[in-house]
Amino acid sequence: MNDELVIGGQVVRSRLITGSGKYQDESIIPQVLEAAGCDIITVALRRMDFDRPTENILRHVPKNKILLPNTSGARTAAEAVRLARLARATGCGDWIKIEVINDQKFLLPDNYETIKATEVLAAEGFVVLPYMCPDLGTARRLVDAGAAAIMPLGAPIGTNRGIRTRDLIEILIEEIALPIIVDAGIGRPSHATEAMEMGAAAVLLNTAIATADDPIAMARAFRLAVEAGRLAYLGGMPGASTFARASSPLTGFLDQTEA
Amino acid sequence: MTITLNGKSQILDESAELLAILHDRQVDPAHVVVEINQSIIPRDAFATTLVNDGDAIEILRFVGGG
Repeated sequence: MNDELVIGGQVVRSRLITGSGKYQDESIIPQVLEAAGCDIITVALRRMDFDRPTENILRHVPKNKILLPNTSGARTAAEAVRLARLARATGCGDWIKIEVINDQKFLLPDNYETIKATEVLAAEGFVVLPYMCPDLGTARRLVDAGAAAIMPLGAPIGTNRGIRTRDLIEILIEEIALPIIVDAGIGRPSHATEAMEMGAAAVLLNTAIATADDPIAMARAFRLAVEAGRLAYLGGMPGASTFARASSPLTGFLDQTEA
Repeated sequence: MTITLNGKSQILDESAELLAILHDRQVDPAHVVVEINQSIIPRDAFATTLVNDGDAIEILRFVGGG
């Protein structure tokens, strides 16, 4: 079956995108990526720690992966643009996850600033994946601004609460032609399956794998969950009903008497 | 002279090349991006860029993130 995911003109085999944050031991990241089957991994840009000048996350990222730097730490569109340009100056590609957050309690993205940053960066040739609060009007503006995909949140970052914004994400999947990638809130493989059954193009998660007791096992569980959900979506799931519908024939019972 | 390096004030004896500042701090130039006064310095210009009194330098690198 031809079921390609294309983002920014590039074919992506895996519909599971994972983050590189929160690992107790970053050296297991290659094994996690292998178990997860991921093509894309997110990273953040931060000031150099001169006490640990040799630490380098990229050492743990195989060369054939697409690096998706985020603009975490940005509070305005201007800060996100500045971080994106710096990320591109590393020479690691031109993909960027726009993350503009003012709210430190729930880490909810600022949709207005996100649209502004997307507009500027898409015009500069970046492959822009904006993280956003699921809202149809915003999604349409992000499409117009040149986004390569739309990344609505399922629940606040790191909460593992699942897809609490389900109905709003379903509207985006219905109405927006770009890939919809559910980002944040996915805490269990079953949440990832739910997103994929809904018709999401992919899921992005970090905490659920990185902070699991066994991140490599969890990565494999998520890989299978994403594949299962995608296959179920493509398979066309039958609807639910209130009353029972027998799966076995209701005729030819033993001892049945003919009228 | 005084520069601001990643938000901290630092005293340098004299103007120095950016590359020398990185080497002094055991920083591999291949792993970082650098801004001076909010302008990005291309990596191939590290050796020829002079850091001057009052410059604000940001040296960044990728870390784990979601």
